[in-house]
Amino acid sequence: MNHLWLIPAVPFAGSLIILSFPNPRRRSAAALAVAGQVAALALSVLAFLPTLQTNGFRAVQNFTWFTFGDNPLRLGFVFDPLAAAMLLMITLVGLCIFVFSIGYMAEDKNFVRFFAYLSFFSGAMLGVVIANSLLLLFIFWELVGLASYLLIGFWIERPSAAAAAKKAFITTRIGDMGFFLGMLWLYNRSGTLLFYDDGKGCLESAGLAMLGASATFIALLIFFGAVGKSGQFPLHVWLPDAMEGPTPVSALIHAATMVAAGVFLVARVYPLFSLGAINGVTSSLTVVVWIGVITALMAALIAIAQADIKRILAYSTVSQLGLMMVSLGVGGVAAGIMHLVAHGFFKALLFLGSGSVIHGCHGEQDIRKMGGLRRFMPVTFVTYAIGMMALSGVPFFFSGGWTKEEILHDVGYWPPSHAPYYLMFAGVVLTALYMTRQIIYVFFGDPRVSPEHAHESPRVMTMPLIVLALGAILLSVVLTPAWPWLHEYLTGEAVHVEIGRLIQPMLFVSLALVSAGIGVGFWMYRKAGMQDGDRPAEIDPLEYAQPGLFRFLANKMWIDELYAHTVIAFGWMAARLSDWLDRYFWDGLVRGLGAIGQVFAMFTSGVDERGINAGVDETTVGARGLGRLMSAAHSGQIQIYLGVVAIGMLALLLLYAWLA
Amino acid sequence: MTPTLQAFLIVSAALFSIGLLAALSRRHAIFILIGIELMLAAANLNFIAFWRFAPQPHQPTGVMLAIFSIAISAAEAAVGLAMVIAVYRHYHTTNVDQLDQLKG
Repeated sequence: MNHLWLIPAVPFAGSLIILSFPNPRRRSAAALAVAGQVAALALSVLAFLPTLQTNGFRAVQNFTWFTFGDNPLRLGFVFDPLAAAMLLMITLVGLCIFVFSIGYMAEDKNFVRFFAYLSFFSGAMLGVVIANSLLLLFIFWELVGLASYLLIGFWIERPSAAAAAKKAFITTRIGDMGFFLGMLWLYNRSGTLLFYDDGKGCLESAGLAMLGASATFIALLIFFGAVGKSGQFPLHVWLPDAMEGPTPVSALIHAATMVAAGVFLVARVYPLFSLGAINGVTSSLTVVVWIGVITALMAALIAIAQADIKRILAYSTVSQLGLMMVSLGVGGVAAGIMHLVAHGFFKALLFLGSGSVIHGCHGEQDIRKMGGLRRFMPVTFVTYAIGMMALSGVPFFFSGGWTKEEILHDVGYWPPSHAPYYLMFAGVVLTALYMTRQIIYVFFGDPRVSPEHAHESPRVMTMPLIVLALGAILLSVVLTPAWPWLHEYLTGEAVHVEIGRLIQPMLFVSLALVSAGIGVGFWMYRKAGMQDGDRPAEIDPLEYAQPGLFRFLANKMWIDELYAHTVIAFGWMAARLSDWLDRYFWDGLVRGLGAIGQVFAMFTSGVDERGINAGVDETTVGARGLGRLMSAAHSGQIQIYLGVVAIGMLALLLLYAWLA
Repeated sequence: MTPTLQAFLIVSAALFSIGLLAALSRRHAIFILIGIELMLAAANLNFIAFWRFAPQPHQPTGVMLAIFSIAISAAEAAVGLAMVIAVYRHYHTTNVDQLDQLKG
């Protein structure tokens, strides 16, 4: 592949073509978007295939964007195992979601615009993955943010969607500010933003050597950008609200790909984090671990008390991203990326499944009003159950199980503390618990209010579900310790088959944790949505047992309220202060200056009226008299003019004859 | 008897005078145009005559000038007639005495 830029360029071009026709037909817009995605997938596969034979490779294509004085600004594209894994995951999952959207958005009046935005997003996301310059990555990063904003606010006529879009944009922008500062600092120290440049890039030994102690701060600033994009504590608040967007958008952008960009970014600039590591530990990586732990646990707890089917999945996404961050922080980069890829498949599956449920229930999103859907939507139920088990980390058969074990394994060997290890155990149990709760509420029990007319979704929506469900299972083949192909592909080592490694102690730990979670879930929620003793049907079992705790979790630990009373209140105060300053202080200053100008103007106007005007008036009177005189010569009779010309001519001739 | 240059010039001067007289005295716009055409014809006659009696009549300079002049006068006539028609439509007259809107 000598033209890596083609991979993001194809979806971009598709988006531009769709947008540049004033009234494109729905079918052709969708066909173009899907074709662009297929082309991107084909190009990615084409780039990927030759790399199967080699262990550890990196193809770099750098070019000069422009030259400023003597400093050329160079950008570039890179293709390495990390980029390859991400490219394949994004294009494949993206393709499934594009196809699903054809069915899900069929009734929408802005169908065409939706596909244009989706294609645009896909192009930007692929660009993030193959960028070989922090600046280029940042450009695509912001384009991805723009696409996210446009798609969260896609149903712009809903005020909540508009507010969610704004919240997402502003919150991630806070993180991007840190990213930008880190980038400037990095450029200041190393003089280049290229990752790899024949040994001179900022991630290679020569570039890293120039960073010294500032690497920690640069890494933390860049990590702040990742915190914003990947919905990590304390900037996670935008991600659950982003579920106001159409469900395919939630699946593609706010679960499978874009929110994983933060994890990807940390993996991409990992040398900055691990510079000067002692025993694989640096202060910046320690921050990454603890932020990840806090996020993973907090989001898993909040997810237990949510009622909106998509919000549960959103908090689950936040929690899983936290888990990936933990994995990166403890040094398990390959494990983190493996979980990212597996998560991309099963979370997209779960979101599309929830989209299918919402579609089948005519827009109902409250899980307490569903129930018993497994009879009406068998395909959705089976695929959803597969996704749920992959997310819970059921061992052996599901991709998520293997990657979670890998992460737990790596976390267990983290030298500074064992606390993250045990906290992650709790995270696994909680994940299994809230997913069990959700699946019982949605698919088991008796049908409650709305699903009387519930129906299975059309083929165009169930096919992507089946493909993704197969992906969630079959991906295990390359994830097992017996044949850890993906792990070795990412780390660049040769892969060996060793069946003996298949059974490891961690497998049983994991099995115990997951069965505990699912078992407790089934016991707790066995009568969810039904009357049980003196508990009314619409009250959640946990709410009945622990009302205070439930309220705390259902209100998202009041973090939004905390922000509203601190950061946002501070912003309001600052705005009011500036308004007051503007209105009274600066305005007074400007008015004072204006008054001085007015006094001066009065003086000059007197001079003008009395002195200069008189002279000008006299001149104009003279000019007018002259004009009157001249105009009298014009009779308007064309023949008199001609006669004058003839007489003049004659006079000239006579003069000439007389002189000669 | 071979014609001399003087003979041509006399004819041309007569033509010019007739044209000028027409242009100055007639009141109908189209007749004025015809007068102008006569004056142009006089000028063309002069071009040809001076060329014919010049020291080197081999190069067709005079003819060329006359052809150009005719082409231009044709264009002028077309524009002039179009203007006359436009004026007539607007004022319902072609009497130039009444067309004195530009009177100062």
